[in-house]
Amino acid sequence: MSVLPYFVAAWLVLVGLYGIATSRNLIHLIACLSVVQSGTYVVLLAIGFRVGGTAPVFSDVAPGTPTVDPIVAALTLTDVVVGATVTALLLAIAVQTHKRTGTLDPDELRELAG
Amino acid sequence: MDAVLPLTIAVPVATAAVLAALGHFLRRAVADAIAVAAAAATTVLCAIVLHRSTTHQVVHWFGAWQPRRGVAVGVDFAAGPLAAGLALLAAALTTAALVFAARYFDAVRTLHHAVVLVFGAAMIGFALSGDLFDIFVFFELMSVAAYGLTAYKSEERGALQGALNFAVVNSVGAFLVLFGIALLYGRTGTLNLDQLGRALESHGSDGLVVVAMALVVGGFFVKAAIVPFHFWLADAHAVAPTPVCILFSGVMVELGIYAGARVYWTVFSGAIPPGAALRAVLIGAGVLTALIGAVLCVAQHHLKRMLALSTISHSGIALIGVGQLGATGLAGAGVYVLGHGLVKGALFACTGVLLHRLGAVDTHHLHGRAKRLRFIAVVWFAGGLALAGLPPFATYLGKGLIDEGSRELHATWLAVVVVAAAGATGLAVLRAGAQVFFGWGPVAEDATSEAQDGDEEQETRGSPGRTPVVMAGVAATLLAGALALGLAPHLAHGADRAAHRFVDRRASAAEVLDGAPATPPPATSPAPSPSPSMVVYGVAGAAFAVAGAALAIGRTRLPRSLRNGATRIGAPPLRALRAVHTGHVGDYVAWLVAGVALLGGLLAVAARPL
Amino acid sequence: MRHRARLALFSAGALALAVLLGWGVLGLPRFGHTHDTVGDVITAAVTGERHVSETVGAITFDYRGIDTMGEELILFVAVAAVAIVLRDEHEEPLDEGAGRTSLQTSETIRFIGLALLPCVVLLGLYIVSHGHVSPGGGFQGGVILASGALLLFLAGDFRTFHRTVSEPVGDPAEAVGMGGYLVIGLAGLAFGAAFLDNVLPFGSSGDIASGGVIPLLNLTVGLEVGAGIVLITIEYLETIVRVRQREVVP
Repeated sequence: MSVLPYFVAAWLVLVGLYGIATSRNLIHLIACLSVVQSGTYVVLLAIGFRVGGTAPVFSDVAPGTPTVDPIVAALTLTDVVVGATVTALLLAIAVQTHKRTGTLDPDELRELAG
Repeated sequence: MDAVLPLTIAVPVATAAVLAALGHFLRRAVADAIAVAAAAATTVLCAIVLHRSTTHQVVHWFGAWQPRRGVAVGVDFAAGPLAAGLALLAAALTTAALVFAARYFDAVRTLHHAVVLVFGAAMIGFALSGDLFDIFVFFELMSVAAYGLTAYKSEERGALQGALNFAVVNSVGAFLVLFGIALLYGRTGTLNLDQLGRALESHGSDGLVVVAMALVVGGFFVKAAIVPFHFWLADAHAVAPTPVCILFSGVMVELGIYAGARVYWTVFSGAIPPGAALRAVLIGAGVLTALIGAVLCVAQHHLKRMLALSTISHSGIALIGVGQLGATGLAGAGVYVLGHGLVKGALFACTGVLLHRLGAVDTHHLHGRAKRLRFIAVVWFAGGLALAGLPPFATYLGKGLIDEGSRELHATWLAVVVVAAAGATGLAVLRAGAQVFFGWGPVAEDATSEAQDGDEEQETRGSPGRTPVVMAGVAATLLAGALALGLAPHLAHGADRAAHRFVDRRASAAEVLDGAPATPPPATSPAPSPSPSMVVYGVAGAAFAVAGAALAIGRTRLPRSLRNGATRIGAPPLRALRAVHTGHVGDYVAWLVAGVALLGGLLAVAARPL
Repeated sequence: MRHRARLALFSAGALALAVLLGWGVLGLPRFGHTHDTVGDVITAAVTGERHVSETVGAITFDYRGIDTMGEELILFVAVAAVAIVLRDEHEEPLDEGAGRTSLQTSETIRFIGLALLPCVVLLGLYIVSHGHVSPGGGFQGGVILASGALLLFLAGDFRTFHRTVSEPVGDPAEAVGMGGYLVIGLAGLAFGAAFLDNVLPFGSSGDIASGGVIPLLNLTVGLEVGAGIVLITIEYLETIVRVRQREVVP
């Protein structure tokens, strides 16, 4: 199917969002955020794929051979770094939250209601 | 190519790197001075860019990758006057925040300065960039810096939860933007804003374009705290240190509106031309945001939360201006954002002083205790009136232009909504001022109280006996700036010309991609000078704020039946509205998903090729 | 909001969002048949223009170098933010011995870890320096280098790790990496036509010394990423050690 990868990407985003909305544990929530992000990886890389194309590395292949789109690979690389850093920061917040409140359950964090 | 443009981000970032490297070895005062100097230098650079942008698009192609035969290969900064103006606001407020922070952040001081400088650079880059993915990168940079600064008071549970909500909601918004960018790249094969506009123009609108617009604009509206993406803002402001709040409310939120406008006009306006249905969607969202923000603001007695909720309301007003999809409204939104940023910064500075001197930011705990802080009181009351739109502050001018735009659309009711919302926020500020600085009004709180009570931990050091000069100075300077801006000759005219250039997609693309010389702006009708109706609206707003505050203060003198009736009508919807704001991140994300889906659905209907 | 109400709201929104996303992606070209893109323009030109054989590296560090600078900055800020969030106000002296008692390592792990360490470091350096010739680059190599440092922790104990790779070393390293990128960018502005202009000679494709400033940028990024990740790890480990410390010494 020629749109399956895109549907997979959309599915990842939606499943991750479901996880975040219904999460009972902050670590689980942050992992679901990573799932949402991997949906964006999939859509980017799927867009860049070319049938019959090889990796855009010309050390062993002559320039001019059909390759996949390199820009989406660079975009995905940036996306990965961004996601990793946000995850690191969120996990630090989760660690500190557990240290201060003893819980990781969003339902029990009621400091900001109202 | 312009060489000053890259320096506007290189200077603060380089300073941040230096501060981080030498952090252990620098004395506090030296680190402060270096940071402030860098921010001030950046402000000057941005002013230069603004000056140059009045005659032509200021463009810089990074890596010297000029476009080839009209195809953009590299990444560019492309700034018109509106973008440059916002960059200047970001730089100025960053300087103010660093100056104000002289008493803050004893721990991790140089780290804080480094992060604030990078935050400022990210906002500037976000405003000036002409490449959609580059905008996304700066958007994430801005956000990560903001999350870290929000969580500064990591000893407090509230701070951690606020930072978490902020981080999760904004990250989801950012990923939705990225999905939209991917769709656009798949369709057009480019990431450059002007090039995207050209490519989409020839194709017209279909499912992909509509969905991409919903995702990208919706994601940026998360940052702009448009309802129903707004929940995170009050949480973050309530817990972040005051200098950081100056930056958040002053410019970060408004950049979301700007980005939405920029992306629409430069990328989507060819495929989805401005039309009545699209206007209705955007203005509707703006009205909803303005009103909800205003209502919540009035019902709030925690000063920082109150100011944050008023920011939501003003963000909605700016969206109303942008959503009119015309040059006048856009010009008004631009001026309004500038004025509001300065005024809000001044008000937050005042709360910082209150916190420093009296150790509290809740009107219930501050009641009548600030009688000696007369200078701050003057700034506070002037700020409240400025929020309500009193002439000749810049907020009055911006609002007036937006109202002019409403009149052009024969929607005078819109002007009334804007006056009411702004007036209500001014009312809240004035009422709080009367309670805190004069001790007026009933001491006992009424039935609607919220959970976040208790004094805030002392954020600052130094004796609380005197108001530090830097704090008062920052507050006064920012407010004076808003006044000066409002009095600046030809500001309305300049903003109008800038807006016309902003919406002229083709001319901008010709300048950026083809290197065509700047076309003189079309001969517009004489500048919208302050018309009598503008002044009337401004004064009306201020009068509404004053009257409302007086009413709130003196309500014990009203007949009991009237008070009971008002409470019976007003309390249940207010309670319901506040019950929705749970502080639970799962709820916020659910609202976000529903909001984006709704936006997409409405756009699908509005953008139907007729 | 009660759980059921939230679920209802979310489900309605997610269903609509699913329809929207599906409708949107149906407008994309068929998988594998994307039209001419900027990427194609660059692929055609990269070996000739920059004498570099790895196109993604050329894009990351040359064509779209400013994005990479932003990315580096994000890591830089995240490290600072983690330090801000995880800082301990009480500033107790860190009892590094607490790390030892709670995190015992076996002799096997110690041996394997120390044997692998030089291999990992070498691999990391190779990936960083050859980023423009074969797949890899500063980010990937930097992460590998950081994992080498983590091996040191796993194989040894917290005390050794902390002494070798402590903050007074990590902070300047990261800042030098960040600053190095900026200096190169400004050099482009000073000696060339634009910020991040590639002003060094390009050499011949396939060599390490090719692509102008690209290998230098790779090195700075590798340094920054490696140092940054190690700093983040140190923050986390310190937190754990402090928690254990408080448990051991009531």
